[in-house]
Order: sequence, then C-alpha cells, then structure tokens
Amino acid sequence: MAVSEAAGLSYEEEHVHEVYEQIASHFSSTRYKPWPIVERFLKEQPNGAIGADVGCGNGKYLAVNKEVFIVGSDRSTNLVKIAQHHKPHDVVVADNLSLPHPPHSFDFAISIAVVHHLSTPARRMEAVKCILDLLRPPQQGVSGSGGKALIYVWALEQKSSRRGWDEGSEQDVMVPWVMTAKKEKVPKKKKKQQKRRGEEGLAQENGEAEKGSEDQKEENSEAPETKPEGDKTFLRYYHLYRKGELEGDIEQAGGVIVESGYEKDNWWAIASLK
Amino acid sequence: MKLLTLNFLTCAIKTCKTNASSFPLHPRDAELEIQEADVNLPFLKNILPRLMWEELRTICKELGLPDLPPTPPTPTDLISGGNSTDTTEGRTQAEQEPSQTAKDLHRVLLETCIQEGKLVCGCCGHEYAVKEGVANFLLPGHLV
Ligand SMILES: [Zn+2]
Repeated sequence: MAVSEAAGLSYEEEHVHEVYEQIASHFSSTRYKPWPIVERFLKEQPNGAIGADVGCGNGKYLAVNKEVFIVGSDRSTNLVKIAQHHKPHDVVVADNLSLPHPPHSFDFAISIAVVHHLSTPARRMEAVKCILDLLRPPQQGVSGSGGKALIYVWALEQKSSRRGWDEGSEQDVMVPWVMTAKKEKVPKKKKKQQKRRGEEGLAQENGEAEKGSEDQKEENSEAPETKPEGDKTFLRYYHLYRKGELEGDIEQAGGVIVESGYEKDNWWAIASLK
Repeated sequence: MKLLTLNFLTCAIKTCKTNASSFPLHPRDAELEIQEADVNLPFLKNILPRLMWEELRTICKELGLPDLPPTPPTPTDLISGGNSTDTTEGRTQAEQEPSQTAKDLHRVLLETCIQEGKLVCGCCGHEYAVKEGVANFLLPGHLV
C-alpha cells in the first residue's frame, strides 16, 4: 500500500468509520425515507434480480423492493446490526475497497452517500471501480445488457441548502453531527421539524448538527466534543463533488454512464461496465 | 446470515477472488438457527438460475444438513402438482402453491442462518468470524 493510501485509510478510520460506529442508532433514527432516484432505480429491477448495497448503513434501501435479493455491506458493525432485519435481504460487515463478492456476479448495485467519504482521489476512483466490478458485464454486442450501478454523492453546488456551499467552495470538508443528550426532551415542535428534515435529503439531515443553537462552532471543534448540556458533536469527513466529477471517476474506473443527474444537493449516476 | 448469501460471497482478499478455490467460503464451527419467513414462490423461481448448485450442496454437506438433490430443481418442480399438467394449466401465478421441494429449498436458503462460527477461504485459509448472525469481512491491515 502506498504511503498516501495508508494515510487515507487511517484518516477515514478516525473521521468516518469511528464516527458512524458511535452515532449509529441516532443516525439511523433520522434515515427512513428513500431518495426518489434510488427508489425508482430499485423498483425498476426485475423480480429475482441480485443486487449489492455498498455502504448500506441502516439498510433503509433494503425495504424498497422485496422481489429482488440484495446483499448489503457496511463498515460499521452497529449500522449492520440495525440493517439486519430486512427480509429477504442480508447484510455483512465489509470495507468498500475490499468487498467479499465474486466479481461480475450482480445484476445491480447501489452505493448511496458513501464514495464521498473516501479521502483521496485515488481511493474514490478505486471505490467506484470496486462497485463496477460487481456487475455482470454486457453480453457481446448487446448494449445496455450488463448490470447497472447507481452511485450517489453529495454535491458541492448546493447554494440553496442551509450550508450554502457552491462552485468554488472548498471540496474537502468536515461536517458536524450533533447527538443530543438522551435525557433532553425534544419539544413537539422540534420533532416535527426533524421529520421534515429527514424527508429533505442528506443536506437537510446533516442540518441536524445545527439543531438547538445556531452557534457555528463547527470549524474548530474537535470530535467528540461535550457541550455543557451533554450534547456531543462528531465531525465526519466529506469530499463534495463538483459537476461532472462523479462521471469522470466512473469513466476512469472503466465504466460507462447510462444516465446521470442532480437531485436535492446530490450528484448521481447510473453506470455499467464497458 | 442466510445460506443463500453464501452464494454471493467470497474471500475479501483481491488475489483470492480470481482463484476458483476461494468460492464458496466454508463454514466452520457453525451454530445454525432457523428464522422462519414466508415462502415467496415467484422469488424462489426467479433466483433458481443464479444458484451455484454444486457449491450449495457442498455447504449443506459441510454443515451436516440433509443432502440437496444432485441436480437443481426446475421451476415446475417448485409448484405443487407441477408435474401433472392438467392441474396447473390456466392457473395464475398467484394461485400456485409451493411444492415440498420449494418449501425445502426455502428452508435451506432463506430460513437456515449461521448465527455464530467462521467462514474459511479455501484459497488462503483466512477465517472470517460470524457473530450474532453477521459475518465480518474487515481485513487486518497487512492483508488489505
Ligand atoms: Zn482468501
């Protein structure tokens, strides 16, 4: 392993994996509504199709289609335990750069809000390649006959979101996650607000970090930080994708773009093998 | 972890994946549990062509489960009365009942779960732990 790769891995260990392991159940309680593009993709799959959900988190996408069989994987054991109970699917703990699947054996794959957590360009490209390598290659001469992967990442261009990032902003950012102390009662009004956020997609859900107070201590706070009230702030690393960047990574990894677009502060692409 | 899942798992080490002996992974010291689920006949029929039958037979043998038949069932074998054409003629999918063969297959693939134990790669010998029904494929640093 190259030095920078080893450094990338240990950086992600601290700023991605460890954080998800600790916030798993709180994170999971805010993740229940599938994004429309992902839902459409999963429902389009023919009955009996075999899929992989790389970085399945709490398994919310495992609930969308019960007529296909999906093997989900995630690096967080705590999240996988939550994802475990979606029939007929199954889940394992695995790293997205070392997936335990036979190559070219899946009809479809999804990787939603995962690849943006890798901290170097080479590792992000490798992550895309690992997803593409799961897919059945197209039959000779029959275009569009191969397996398809849907990859979904957070966009840099989201000036209408509460974070306000846009073209030209820093692409590598630390995003806070505030876990409120258990004893604190959430007033009814806030609960409602929280639900609405959940429906609005990743950016809004991450807005959870600003819950309660608008003081922006995100920039220099260390994770986890204990606030007086007992709230804990965790920082997660994200690479925000600029327009066209995801498609570039896919092509570099040996894939072809079937369809791509922008949905609620995220870039997405459906790809297959050449 | 369901036995069906083993049909889609291999060693996480890249150099093993291209070696035929890495598939299937071999269960060792396995504690099994039956987790009941409703039989979904169309689902069973649909995944039939994807099953690596010989390898699944090997896994069942290694787990001490009853032998799977030497050849995979056909879609018709999965339907109750599927071999007497007069009874199935004109029936819609919804009316079809699973045969004993379908029920047996469902029990093995979707209800029989490895709760504790190990999965061993036949190529490099690496052992992956299964705890509380979850297999862990994270590799130690030197194997990545
Ligand atoms: Zn191996």
